[in-house]
Amino acid sequence: MSLLEVRDLDVTFSTNDGTVRAVNKISFDLEAGETLAIVGESGSGKSQAVFAIMGLLADNGSTSGSVLFHGEELTHLNDTQLNKIRANDMAMIFQDPMTSLNPYMRVRDQMSEVLQLHKGMSKSEAYNACVSMLEAVKLPDATSVINRFPHECSGGMRQRIMIAMSLLCQPKLLIADEPTTALDVTVQAQIMALLRRVQDDFGTAIILITHDLGVVAGSCEKTLVMYGGRILEYATTKEIFAAPSHPYTRGLLSAVPRLDTETDELVTIPGNPPNMMELPAGCPFAPRCEFAKDICHAEMPELVAHGDHEGLRACHLSLEELS
Amino acid sequence: MFNFIIRRLGIAIPTMLILIVFSFSMMKLAPGGPFTSERPLPPQVLANIEAKYGLDQPEYMQLFNYMKGIITQFDFGPSFRFKDRSVNDIIAQGFPVTLTYGIWSFIVAVTVGISLGAVAAIKKNSWLDYTAVGITIGAQVLPNFVMAPILVLIFTLWLGWLPGGGWNGGEWPYLVMPVIALSTSYMASIARITRSSMLEVLNSNFIRTAKAKGLSNGSIILKHALKPTMLPVISYLGPAFVGMVTGSVVIDQYFSTGGIGQLFVNSALSRDYSVMMGITILLGALVIIFNMIVDILYAWIDPKIRL
Repeated sequence: MSLLEVRDLDVTFSTNDGTVRAVNKISFDLEAGETLAIVGESGSGKSQAVFAIMGLLADNGSTSGSVLFHGEELTHLNDTQLNKIRANDMAMIFQDPMTSLNPYMRVRDQMSEVLQLHKGMSKSEAYNACVSMLEAVKLPDATSVINRFPHECSGGMRQRIMIAMSLLCQPKLLIADEPTTALDVTVQAQIMALLRRVQDDFGTAIILITHDLGVVAGSCEKTLVMYGGRILEYATTKEIFAAPSHPYTRGLLSAVPRLDTETDELVTIPGNPPNMMELPAGCPFAPRCEFAKDICHAEMPELVAHGDHEGLRACHLSLEELS
Repeated sequence: MFNFIIRRLGIAIPTMLILIVFSFSMMKLAPGGPFTSERPLPPQVLANIEAKYGLDQPEYMQLFNYMKGIITQFDFGPSFRFKDRSVNDIIAQGFPVTLTYGIWSFIVAVTVGISLGAVAAIKKNSWLDYTAVGITIGAQVLPNFVMAPILVLIFTLWLGWLPGGGWNGGEWPYLVMPVIALSTSYMASIARITRSSMLEVLNSNFIRTAKAKGLSNGSIILKHALKPTMLPVISYLGPAFVGMVTGSVVIDQYFSTGGIGQLFVNSALSRDYSVMMGITILLGALVIIFNMIVDILYAWIDPKIRL
């Protein structure tokens, strides 16, 4: 049994302008201790997919499909039951450490409330555990930082605090929603190194959401490429980088600026992401795809294995047609 | 914090001086005086009265003497209208009345307003929210000069439960209607501000973090959402409190409570310079003090603000 089995997960939002299908029938598995990257551009539904897993969607959002965590169906649980799992077995790190910590509470109170809630610790026990966790994430001067307010810490410090906070109960699964996007490059590298170390030390499985392919290459075993709320390619990270099989993945990879090629212009994928309110009947990427055929516009391809590859792809075109 | 209070008081004194000079000049610029009436007094009598109150002196001397009285003896001078009564007496009689129903109104407006606004925000788009918003809008568009007669009509004339006016030392049956009439529109504003502020806070990223921690809704609201929700509410509460404890001419007129709201308007109409100046200074001082309290509360809630 996998740690996490997601089957046919749909996320829809009802807005005044109509229904937005943010996530469209996605399925994937995650084994204990594994790292999965979910890659896609803004609005591809990657964050909403994991919010749905943790039951953190906005009020107007609804979920269908199945999310099995430890064999337990999460989509059927109410808030009270979910609250026992949140932070305890499944924790989350958010994109923006500047606003994700409560600016009106000291770090120690924000952190220790997790332990007081889930582990029934006393205030002083929780305080000590928080200090050691801050030290474990290599935060210098932990005993002083823990008494500060978030605005008295730098961005990198805050993200370390977030990570330490999410690890307090030693969860089986850590969901990191663009943990490095708001940080500068050197701090990004430190945070990614920290996440890798955390995984080794605690055996935590990680879902890493990002649009930064550089981050993916260094740290994830499997990669899931999302576009327009759908999975377009799902394979080992090695395969994604060595032999991308989907035109969108290829486009993403070629858009990464390189120093070793002689070009003055940045490569982009022409066109704009689809309007999630009026998704095309076929492949969401078809309107921007240079190889698109008639069937691409009419019918969504299945996510299936191709040839002798391990990975899955959703594309009507054969690999030969793409070259 | 101590430095902050000292600094603020340092600014308060010149502010009060400017307030005094300005309102004094405004009164002098307005045509007429306390002793003008339809039937003119004989010139000799008028001159005697003016000499008695010092009105024969040049205006800057009048202002100087007035200020000297305040600063040296805390004496706001005699009333020009009520013979043998000083401004201190008159305010000492009227202000406790206003203060009593003002503080009660404040308590009612704050408790009802904040709970109503918070419930509306927490149960957004439910019938509770719509009811709360409906009450708020109703309460806000109903001016107290309409509210007061309706209350009297219902509770005094129809039901006969409450006395239609008077004060009687502030016994509660005499308090109920003035408090309702005065607090309603403040309550509505507080509810509205609380609702929109709380909605904004509940949508913020750190509330999502709190949810991801597995906290129950109750503790998310109490521990994480309440403090930031209160920031805009508090900045409204300072002026609202002053507005309530300085009373309202409608309340005083309608319920014959005898507070300073009525006194203030009457003194202006009858050019009772000293009473009017006295109340103006009282209001000014209250505004300054409560703005300072709001600032202190702000710094206490928001750690980013250092005084």
